[in-house]
Amino acid sequence: MRLERRPQPSLTMTVAAPFAAVLASLVLCAGLIALAGVNPLDAYAEMLRGAFGSRLSITETLARATPLILTGLAATVAFRARLWNIGGEGQFYVGALAAAWLGSEALAGLPPALGILGVMIAGMIAGALLLLVPAFLRVRFGVDEVVTTLLTNFIVMLFVGMMVEGPLKDPLAFGWPQSVPVANELMLPKLVERTRLHIGLLIALATAGLVWLMLARTVFGARARAAGLSAGAAEFAGVPLARTLLGVAVISGALAGLAGAIEVAGVKGYVTTDLSPGYGYSGIVVAMLAGLQPLGVAVAAVFVAVVFVGADAMSRALGAPTFIADVIVAVSLLTMLVALLFATYRVRK
Amino acid sequence: MTPVLELDGITKRFGALTANEDVSLSLGQGEILALLGENGAGKTTLMNILFGHYTADEGEVRVFGAPLPSGRPRAAIEAGVGMVHQHFTLAGNLTVLENITIGAEPLSRLMSATGPARRRLRELSDRFGLAVDPDARVGDLSVGERQRVEILKALYREAKILILDEPTAVLARPEAERLFQTLRGMTAEGLSLIFISHKLHEVMAASDRVVVLRRGRVAAERRTSETSAPELAELMVGRRVARPVREAQPPGAPVCIASAVTVTEGGRDLLDEADFTVHAGEILGIVGVAGNGQATLGRLLWGLTRPTRGRLALGTEDLGRMTPADCVAAGVGRIPEDRHAEGVVGEMTVWENATLERLSSPAFSRRGFVRRSAARAYAADLIRRFDIRGAEPDTRARLLSGGNMQKLILGRNLAQGPRLILANQPTRGLDEGAVAAVHAELLAARGAGAAVLLISEDLDEVLGLADRIQAIVKGRLSRPIPAEQADARRIGLMMAGAWDEPVPSSAGAS
Repeated sequence: MRLERRPQPSLTMTVAAPFAAVLASLVLCAGLIALAGVNPLDAYAEMLRGAFGSRLSITETLARATPLILTGLAATVAFRARLWNIGGEGQFYVGALAAAWLGSEALAGLPPALGILGVMIAGMIAGALLLLVPAFLRVRFGVDEVVTTLLTNFIVMLFVGMMVEGPLKDPLAFGWPQSVPVANELMLPKLVERTRLHIGLLIALATAGLVWLMLARTVFGARARAAGLSAGAAEFAGVPLARTLLGVAVISGALAGLAGAIEVAGVKGYVTTDLSPGYGYSGIVVAMLAGLQPLGVAVAAVFVAVVFVGADAMSRALGAPTFIADVIVAVSLLTMLVALLFATYRVRK
Repeated sequence: MTPVLELDGITKRFGALTANEDVSLSLGQGEILALLGENGAGKTTLMNILFGHYTADEGEVRVFGAPLPSGRPRAAIEAGVGMVHQHFTLAGNLTVLENITIGAEPLSRLMSATGPARRRLRELSDRFGLAVDPDARVGDLSVGERQRVEILKALYREAKILILDEPTAVLARPEAERLFQTLRGMTAEGLSLIFISHKLHEVMAASDRVVVLRRGRVAAERRTSETSAPELAELMVGRRVARPVREAQPPGAPVCIASAVTVTEGGRDLLDEADFTVHAGEILGIVGVAGNGQATLGRLLWGLTRPTRGRLALGTEDLGRMTPADCVAAGVGRIPEDRHAEGVVGEMTVWENATLERLSSPAFSRRGFVRRSAARAYAADLIRRFDIRGAEPDTRARLLSGGNMQKLILGRNLAQGPRLILANQPTRGLDEGAVAAVHAELLAARGAGAAVLLISEDLDEVLGLADRIQAIVKGRLSRPIPAEQADARRIGLMMAGAWDEPVPSSAGAS
């Protein structure tokens, strides 16, 4: 058995790949659910009900999808240029921290629209700066950014722990390790009253459109794609590689930082060390499931959100552990990689 | 006498494409058979079927009379077939000995039996005249040496039939001649050989018999002694082709002047005090064996490396300080050595590749947004003007054949009417038809007044195109000689480093 490259990957295959991957992942995980003593079909039905069964559950799923769209876009932009940003989680947290810090006092006096904008920009700047350091080390000294961005996540987590226990600790929180809250008037307006769904979803969707525009239609996007597809040819054609990669790092880091800022200003109001259930890492899965297509990211983010929200409901109803959600998401990344292989190559006997 | 190898009615289809159709050929004991054909004629596919990489849709392969089970390279190896691929399959971080024994030892053995393996390797390399140091790291070897390792690898596995896929694609002429001598010696030792080529002169020089493939079918079979290069060319292409001829033309003003340019990297002078001048309407040929500083010269001239010392001028500007983007803006047309790695981004479309160099110019973008319809129209124009076949503006560049990819690269440079053209190995790996087209374009650019610097390993190419010729050896350039005084012998000597040093004029002689 051998693999042969398909001359041109067909559109059907490209679109079908993520769905096949998700299906395969659900089939594979059925075994694990059965091991936990639960009928997999019941479990999946319960998950769907938990994610879509009521108005509330739908808003909850979409609220979960919001940060995933942004971290998914962060990974998409970076991966397209072959900048392996595995640090979305860290950028998410520094974005969240910057939003809480500035949103609690410094920006609180501004008119709300301006203040909210300020909070989001603060998050974006923080995320961008955090990714600029490893990106600079990569373009200047050839330091592997997979390692540096991944390890930065752990440093950031410790830093967040320090801040919410120390300088940014909320004095009114009865000693809980949480940061000062974003001022009430700077919280993002809700999309649906008395739910957790806020206008961040619209911001995330609009951002997906902008990222698509940037990658597909601008000079910078073409250069970033060229740098990712063939650095040698891009350099030969006069693409300023270092500048392009640093630009990509700024955008990617800013998107993940924005996710953190929006999560703080949209849902929780303050930062804790468990603000993110791995949004930064799941963003990588979202980006891969979307085939690194910005508009596909929105769909893939909803899928991952369904798994997370649905697994909670399933766990409450049937008693299977919630971390099956992490397993499904992780396995779907693996099955997606296999699906991509078969979309690009075909098997010859 | 039964043939050692027979291919009988081989047909192989890839989707709609028929790569081989009803191909039959046989190889006799101790014979050198050349498989001649243009790129895409199906030569490599055929050999991959023989070696078990692909499975034929129809037909049979017989080795020493016994049918070979299809699709199993190991069966081919066991039957005594060895293959030397065009792109070597060696691990650069291992030694020669490790590369050769890897896969030939049973996995169950804990320790490698290096002693006997080393003895056998020595014996083989003495017997066939393939000298290599068994303990050298393959990554440190020259291309010619790596090829010897590949051949030894096949011999170590007791190959009786050796298949060489474009063995001279990476070799300079002296190395190629040496290789063919070696191959001749191997047939005397009882081996039988097939080599794949699209170069007529080496087929004529090195084979006993020629099978010509055209569009996947056997177009003809000839005894080498009973055919001629022009006949084979016609059989291969299916029509008459002739390389265009350079016509004398007075050169214009100097366009690019290098004075004592040195490039030092890691303590080594990759380019050592190089002097040359290219005039408008002139082709200056720089000829040399691969790995003598051509790559550095190329990188220097298209803005990827800066001179350590010396001056490189483009008119009144300093070419030495330019980036690739500056070069494009200054009217320097650049044809890179490696089409796939530097020339095009394979996964991008033809129109994106056609415009990537000048994407930020007002012609192709406005306020940071790409003017897609303008870019597509430009690409369509290039496709028409430069006869780029099999291409639409939205075709992925990867799908173009080598020759058409090169026409795309030429086109995007020549369409701008460049002042200076730097072409590094512009016809490497191209078939005759494409070579003629590339040569015609370069000569047309010269006729239009461009200064052309042609870096090439191909003697015939340099002799056919260049007005003046310099040789490059170990980063040093010879003084130029006019084309009229050049012949293959003199250039060959220059490429070996034997050029006339300036004789100090004896004072008071007259």
